[in-house]
Amino acid sequence: MDFSDINFSLLIASLIVAATPILLAALGELVAEKSGVLNLGVEGMMIFGAISGFIITIETKNPWLGFLCSSIGGILLASIFAVVTQIFRANQVASGLALTLFGLGFSALLGQSYTGLKPVSFPDMHIPILADIPVIGIILFQHDFIVYFSIFAVFLVYYLFRKSHFGLIIKAVGENHDSAHALGYNVILIRFFTILLGGALAGLGGGYLSLVRVPQWTEGMTAGAGWIALALVVFASWQPFRLLIGAYIFGGITLLQLNLQALGLEINVALLSMSPYLVTIGVLVFMSARRNKNSLEAPKSLGKTFFGL
Amino acid sequence: MSDKGTILKIKDISKEYPSVKANDSVSLDLEYGKIQALLGENGAGKSTLVKIIYGLVKPDSGRMYLNDMEYRPKGPQDARSKGVGMVFQHFSLFDALSVFENIVLGLDNILEKKELQKQIIDVSSEYGLSISLDKIVGNLSAGERQRIEIIRCLLLNPKIMIMDEPTSVLTPGEVSDLFLVLKKLSKSGMSILYISHKLEEIRTICTKATIMRRGRVVKNCDPQKISATKIAEEMVGTSFSSPKKSKIKKGKECLQINNLSFQPSDPFGIPIKNLNLKLHHGEIIGIGGVAGNGQEEFLSLLSGELKPSNGSLFFNDEDITKLNVVERRNKGILSAPEERLGHAAVPAMSLTENCLITAEHRMKLSKRGLIDYTISKNLSDRIIKKLDVRTGGSDALARSLSGGNLQKFVIGRELIQNPKIFIVNQPTWGVDAAAASSIRQQILDLAKEGTGIIVISQDLDELLEISDVFCALVGGQLSSPEMTNELNPSRLGMLISNSIE
Repeated sequence: MDFSDINFSLLIASLIVAATPILLAALGELVAEKSGVLNLGVEGMMIFGAISGFIITIETKNPWLGFLCSSIGGILLASIFAVVTQIFRANQVASGLALTLFGLGFSALLGQSYTGLKPVSFPDMHIPILADIPVIGIILFQHDFIVYFSIFAVFLVYYLFRKSHFGLIIKAVGENHDSAHALGYNVILIRFFTILLGGALAGLGGGYLSLVRVPQWTEGMTAGAGWIALALVVFASWQPFRLLIGAYIFGGITLLQLNLQALGLEINVALLSMSPYLVTIGVLVFMSARRNKNSLEAPKSLGKTFFGL
Repeated sequence: MSDKGTILKIKDISKEYPSVKANDSVSLDLEYGKIQALLGENGAGKSTLVKIIYGLVKPDSGRMYLNDMEYRPKGPQDARSKGVGMVFQHFSLFDALSVFENIVLGLDNILEKKELQKQIIDVSSEYGLSISLDKIVGNLSAGERQRIEIIRCLLLNPKIMIMDEPTSVLTPGEVSDLFLVLKKLSKSGMSILYISHKLEEIRTICTKATIMRRGRVVKNCDPQKISATKIAEEMVGTSFSSPKKSKIKKGKECLQINNLSFQPSDPFGIPIKNLNLKLHHGEIIGIGGVAGNGQEEFLSLLSGELKPSNGSLFFNDEDITKLNVVERRNKGILSAPEERLGHAAVPAMSLTENCLITAEHRMKLSKRGLIDYTISKNLSDRIIKKLDVRTGGSDALARSLSGGNLQKFVIGRELIQNPKIFIVNQPTWGVDAAAASSIRQQILDLAKEGTGIIVISQDLDELLEISDVFCALVGGQLSSPEMTNELNPSRLGMLISNSIE
């Protein structure tokens, strides 16, 4: 077998690119779930973000504006979910599924005349000096802004829940919304915020897919990335760094199996295609198997509707 | 003690909910440096009143004055900033967070971690409330949890502290510790509004009591000057008799528990360790102890919901260890778990349907897989009549009943099936005094007919009143049985708190 055709530092660099949409969407969902909201509409928010960003980039030729609008698209969809579940107290699972279906359908409608177009390319930002280090430079320091942002966001979310007072309040709301309410915290307002934040990050992830990763628009192009993001949150035990590892493993195996397919390896293609899912879940299950019983459980109020006292 | 007058004056507060008038022009004066009781049955409107004072609920009409200034809290934060603190009983701690994080969440101004830690240590040593800050709250005992709540409240230097049923989950030792703290606090000038329906403890620490019934204040009195029975009658509105225990001869052995052990898969579950017990016909064994020491697991092991990891169960010399719930029920081993809604009864189903759930086989309510609704309805009507369950009828949904009435129904449902053995957890939890005494009487009557009964309860007075033999269940271990009539309070307290250390 000849693996010399695969350049490993390029492979790692591109796995980071491949993983970024999932990482962003999963981070947003993590924050929402920490506050006790289970939003199954990640897929819908992602693809709506993808088409919003794509249309704006094509029309204005400005990818920065495109990314901004993909976030806004995600927020718009998330705000529907927030109003329905937090104000009208609808069931979160049903509302989330509806949101996904709505996002898929509506984005297909909007995107009809944009199929096959190519957006303006989004520039990479080579970080001076660091980018010239052999191997590591290629892997880490020759990416675009969104990749850096996604990694920064992982640290930010970690800091939020580890150190900050606001993060503690979000956790409290997710653990026991009745207690949080009794102490005088505005459960609905906090959840509104986390849902919208989740929407912004999912939309940005979707935008990254249509503007950088692919880059063009096809109907249903998220192809389950939103669902993978949802699963990652659970298997990563709601911890941002595990989420990062999970997303990168998933991105890595996806690319590796594509490379292996290109090499004409004599393994069934179906097996190769399912390998990213199997390996990611396998690794995360292994990591969470030795869980400490207190710190790693799901937020207790996850998915429950808050009715007030 | 100086009597400086009234700190909080409540005038004509009313609050109406769609189905009930929770507060009907309630007036109350809280005095400086006093521990004052607010008494009443469940649903008398105590909780609503307290939530109004703490700013969680807005009253429809009426006024409040704090130090002669109009007091109209916008929310709990506002109430806290004006010096009104509250110690909740059930719902204000977060299990998955640490003690320190829980305290921080209850404060309004954010301090440096070190500074706050120092303050917490100061307060806890001043009042003898020891606590370790890094522990996860989910692993703490009820007494320790309460200490967190009290510390959190004291850090805000409140002038008024509201305590909602503070002793309902504590061991006798923890209760006397709490009382010491409360006395210290009141001496330092704090006013405490103490909510409870336990009359004896109110008589020991409160000097003034306000009794509420159906949303109205019915009486203000000094609880140390009138008898507990008199207070109880005011709370209920009628007089009632306490259950009478008649001498019963102990019959043959009917249940033998040998080395019963259980290892839970739930991380917060309690393992049961090597439990041995013998139950005779006509005997009532009382199992005391604070909830969360294996009571639920014990009942589930006997009812057949849980399978033991070790040990065996014999019913009249027959091995029933491997029998499931239905098989045990068919033999006459019936049980009533603690959780009324969700475990003992299905909230969204009618009383008749709930009756079918446990009585279907034993009372032959179905034929060839088809339910006979006429017989079932008759049976549930009989239960309603026998236990005086106040409800619209057997078609009413279980969740529409008040806690006490549903409890009567759930117990009655088992009693009517002529059990050979009856196991019940918390038979009178959250039930008003009159209903509680009628449930206890029913249990005593059942024993008279020769049924072996195990009563699991946190209410020690209840166990002393009805049981023949007493054991304490602490940390999943059972103390050796002792005759109830030979027990004194200090021995009892020792048994309950013994193996905690």
